[in-house]
Amino acid sequence: MNESQIIEVKNLKKGFGLQKVINNVSLKLFKGENLVVLGKSGSGKSVLIKCIVRLLTPDEGEINVLGENMGSLNRDALGEMRKKIGFLFQSGALYDSMTVKENLEFPLRRMKMNLTSKETDRKIEEALENVGLSDALYKMPSQLSGGMRKRISLARTIVADPLIILYDEPTTGLDPATSDEISVLINDIQKKYKTSSMIITHDIECARATANRLIMLHEGEIYMEGDLEKFEKSPDPLIESFFKNNNNKIN
Amino acid sequence: MKKITPVLKVAPIIRNVKKQTIVISEKTLEKSRYINNYMSETASFFLFISRIIKATFSRDFEFREFFRQCFQIGYKSLPLISITGFIVGLVLTIQSRPTLVNFGAVSMLPGMVAVSLIREMGPVIIALICAGKIGSGMGAELGSMKVTEQIDAMEVSSANPMRFLVVTRVLAATLMIPLLVLYADLLGILGSWAGANIKGDVSFSLFFSQAFSQIKYIDFLPAFVKTILFGAVIGIVGCYKGFTAGRGTESVGIAANSAVVLSSLLVIVLDLIAAQITDMI
Ligand SMILES: Nc1ncnc2c1ncn2[C@@H]1O[C@H](COP(=O)(O)OP(=O)(O)OP(=O)(O)O)[C@@H](O)[C@H]1O
Ligand SMILES: [Mg+2]
Repeated sequence: MNESQIIEVKNLKKGFGLQKVINNVSLKLFKGENLVVLGKSGSGKSVLIKCIVRLLTPDEGEINVLGENMGSLNRDALGEMRKKIGFLFQSGALYDSMTVKENLEFPLRRMKMNLTSKETDRKIEEALENVGLSDALYKMPSQLSGGMRKRISLARTIVADPLIILYDEPTTGLDPATSDEISVLINDIQKKYKTSSMIITHDIECARATANRLIMLHEGEIYMEGDLEKFEKSPDPLIESFFKNNNNKIN
Repeated sequence: MKKITPVLKVAPIIRNVKKQTIVISEKTLEKSRYINNYMSETASFFLFISRIIKATFSRDFEFREFFRQCFQIGYKSLPLISITGFIVGLVLTIQSRPTLVNFGAVSMLPGMVAVSLIREMGPVIIALICAGKIGSGMGAELGSMKVTEQIDAMEVSSANPMRFLVVTRVLAATLMIPLLVLYADLLGILGSWAGANIKGDVSFSLFFSQAFSQIKYIDFLPAFVKTILFGAVIGIVGCYKGFTAGRGTESVGIAANSAVVLSSLLVIVLDLIAAQITDMI
């Protein structure tokens, strides 16, 4: 196996009932890179990364993470593998019945990294500082604004120092200034912890700021793959519809 | 049960019929689909139970969540259970007193009320109330956690939601509901004493000693075992309905509602089976 290949998706197919969502997708995530996944709403981006962590079972195809076939792992091995993966849910998925602190403690405790409570607290503080919400420690999720929740769930995703991070729309619903901060944060995490990430986004500014490589999903297949320059210069109307508006603004 | 077997045998025949392009009425198809759903639902329910059992005996019991649930189920239900227990005892007394007077058997009142409370009224009424309160609560809570992807989030942070959410709730219900029933039985006898005092004058200690002198081992033990089963059923059904909630917020309501319906039904059926078994002893 290639050492630098963190995630490999081979001929993935996934549908629900009669509806086909992902027809045939193959992609690779390399060590240390930020891969941005673009695609229209409903094109199956969330389904794709849920298949990667095996929240959804693929109909066909193979998914290898860190050289191991996700489909063949037993429960314990799957748990071990998931400790290495951070997953940011599109909806945030904060635990309603727990405070922000307990939300962040939850993964730290279950992952059994044998931290003392002091170390746990310090990790939580650090994660909250990263998203700029240190003072929300004892709030309940219901007391937070939508954008704050998004940032807390981002903090929960990164709190246990994952090797791989799958971000499902990290900046949607945030104001431009906070979005920029999150983009910067994503880059910082990449550099600091040498993480490899897949970033699903509609936010072209975020894509521009974070992407080392991009993939465009369309009708269940990979429509285009390449670096930022290739996408920016593409005359393809579908790609343009993502990139054009903002270009005009800049011009 | 009788309904299921023939349909299984008919299924291949239906397929053959289709090949010969004889049209099957939409109604027949609908019926077979319904029974199919019903069977796969039953199968997944039993699969869920086996997963609970497996998760119960795995490492790392979630004590904190378990105690939180015990508090939630037990302590938070006390007012409702107190009032119900008291009133059931009171009403039972008021209503049976005239008959007993006719037969000149008023002295049997405490014993009769105590036996019927402990054997039947207490367990069933309290279990049904718990099915409503606790079953719907679990269905709604877990259902909304499912819909908002919180259960998935636990899954990916390599916690076992089965162990954290379900095992703790089922065990808490299995422990607390029998205790609630015992407590309601006592309050029922207290209510009965109050009822007896409306038209007569019995001392508290005399009433209680009369009541308890009538209760035999065979009255108490099967009823207690029964309430343990009721508790388990209410917990399991509540969690099952919440855990298997669909997508979208309306599934939360459906989960809560069907948890109450199914657990009430199962409580009644279990009660019937328990009555048959106790009868045989
Ligand atoms: N668990 C599921 N059951 C049934 N259908 C599903 C399920 N998850 C997703 N779908 C369907 O799959 C399709 C793709 O959904 P997905 O959430 O992946 O879209 P997306 O690309 O993430 O869109 P968005 O950008 O709006 O988040 C949708 O049509 C959705 O209805
Ligand atoms: Mg999505």
